[in-house]
Amino acid sequence: MAVEFIENPEAKKSTRDGFGRALEEIGEKDGNAWALTADVSESSRTHWFAEKFPARFVQVGVAEQNLASVAAGIATCGKRPFISAFGAFSPGRNFDQIRVSICYSNLPVVIHASHTGLTVGPDGASHQILEDVALMRSLPNMNVLVPSDFEQVKKATHALYEAKAPGYLRTSREKVPVFTTPETPLSLGGSNTFLEGGDAAILACGPLVPYALEAARELKSEGISCSVVDMYSIKPIDRAKIEEMAKKTGVLVTVEEHQVHGGMGSAVAEVFCSLKIDATLRIHGMYDRFGESGGAKELLKKYKLDAAGIKEVVSEEVKKNKG
Amino acid sequence: MAFEKTTDIKELRLAANSIRRDIVEMITAAGSGHPAGSLGLADVFSALFFGVMEHDPQNPGWEGRDRFVLSNGHVCPVLYSALAETGYFPKEELITLRKMGSRLQGHPHKGALPGIENSSGPLGQGLPIAVGMALVAKREGRPQRAYCVVSDGEQQEGQIWEAAMLAAKYKLSNLIVTMDRNYIQIDGSTMEVNPLDPISDKYRAFNWNVIEVDGHDMEALLLAYSKAQKEQEKPTMIIARTVPGKGVPFMEGLVGWHGKAPKEDDAQKAYAALEDERKKITEGA
Repeated sequence: MAVEFIENPEAKKSTRDGFGRALEEIGEKDGNAWALTADVSESSRTHWFAEKFPARFVQVGVAEQNLASVAAGIATCGKRPFISAFGAFSPGRNFDQIRVSICYSNLPVVIHASHTGLTVGPDGASHQILEDVALMRSLPNMNVLVPSDFEQVKKATHALYEAKAPGYLRTSREKVPVFTTPETPLSLGGSNTFLEGGDAAILACGPLVPYALEAARELKSEGISCSVVDMYSIKPIDRAKIEEMAKKTGVLVTVEEHQVHGGMGSAVAEVFCSLKIDATLRIHGMYDRFGESGGAKELLKKYKLDAAGIKEVVSEEVKKNKG
Repeated sequence: MAFEKTTDIKELRLAANSIRRDIVEMITAAGSGHPAGSLGLADVFSALFFGVMEHDPQNPGWEGRDRFVLSNGHVCPVLYSALAETGYFPKEELITLRKMGSRLQGHPHKGALPGIENSSGPLGQGLPIAVGMALVAKREGRPQRAYCVVSDGEQQEGQIWEAAMLAAKYKLSNLIVTMDRNYIQIDGSTMEVNPLDPISDKYRAFNWNVIEVDGHDMEALLLAYSKAQKEQEKPTMIIARTVPGKGVPFMEGLVGWHGKAPKEDDAQKAYAALEDERKKITEGA
């Protein structure tokens, strides 16, 4: 049965706010929770925590390598650090530190990457990290979540904290529709099927989920019935859901604000390739290229990651595979 | 056998001598590893583990312990030996270094072996880990210190200076770092590869308390650590001048032994030299 969601929601909030608010809640209930940032406390939303718990807040300055290793040191003392910076720099710049200081020692450090993906917009390609999920999901011990709205990010922050393991949380800059509620499920290894349809399954994550829902609605009016699954948990991934959708629809289309190499689509493909099912998988995202400056919406349109673009790709796949 | 903390110079020198013997034995058995840097640090590790730090090998997780972080993980034989000699695990296990199934990984793995506080290998990461530990103790008003050993070649990593800046910002006077100033790195002398001097001035300019010391003079080392412990404002960098390969005459001062294991006949020569040294220490020379 499909998970309920709010159609045409009025409220819009940025997903990074969800992180900041959850961090505040965790700081309230756990005196061992610490937060660290690298000169982006407000924009990566650690400032609310910092105001309330200054003795557990660390400002490392513009030094993302240090951000990761200092947090590892703090974690060895029984603390629960969250590190927060722009995705382009953390994990963009500190992969080695995350790999050895944090993951190899299996320390419970949660890495929050804000300002990820194309929707960073005007800042341009250097800041539009489209490779982070590939980096983070390749690391042993690491959990990777890419939730789709404010409410889901709040739950994801709590879930990564509860996991007591290295965790990666990806958020974005733009305000996006709050189409879920505090009751919408979220768990490591889970997924949410918001729409059920038999012609194709759109597996999306992050801020592209509402666009996938909109694309599905439009496709329906053209006689193509789609399932829409929010694959927010990229590692661990919901293997059963991938198999179920492949069996049910025969056409899977993954959609993400990430390179087609190594992201959520690749994670789905790693499950898909072992299925003995006559089905097809299309990985949609950025096709081995950098982004550019522009408005978030303009960019999503250009790279066919908005509702119209997703619709076009899905419809193409359905025609190709079902005649 | 559990160790007893001591400031007896003769005992500390004998402990360093035992550590050196362990190092030669371990690396010879492993067939690969880094003998020169490990041997050069034997006196520093003897001072720290037997004379300076508060720790309990029978209870490695004791919350009140000082933390020890090795930043240049490739010299881990000296750490493994110091841990075994103080009783963290049986000495017999030392010769499993670098072998399949061993807890003594080629570079230290936190969680694999009691007493290992951080995973290391890639240079530059240990110092900031120690900064994190010192910061927690300072913020929570606990008396613990974080001790860290770094290499000189490692100073070429940018991350070291990120950590140096932050330690000074938070006035981490409970952070005591020892630099193994042996002037060698893989591609040759640090002077040729990428000169570091004036290294003391660099740390002074970063608002650190800097102490220079002969890294083989046990008395001077103890005095340096004692001065560092009295510091109230700044993190301390003890620049310990060491001779790579110290104690094994045919290795001393030679870059070629940075990452090369001794053969069995080399090892026998080394044991003989170390035995002579041991006699001299015992006789009070």
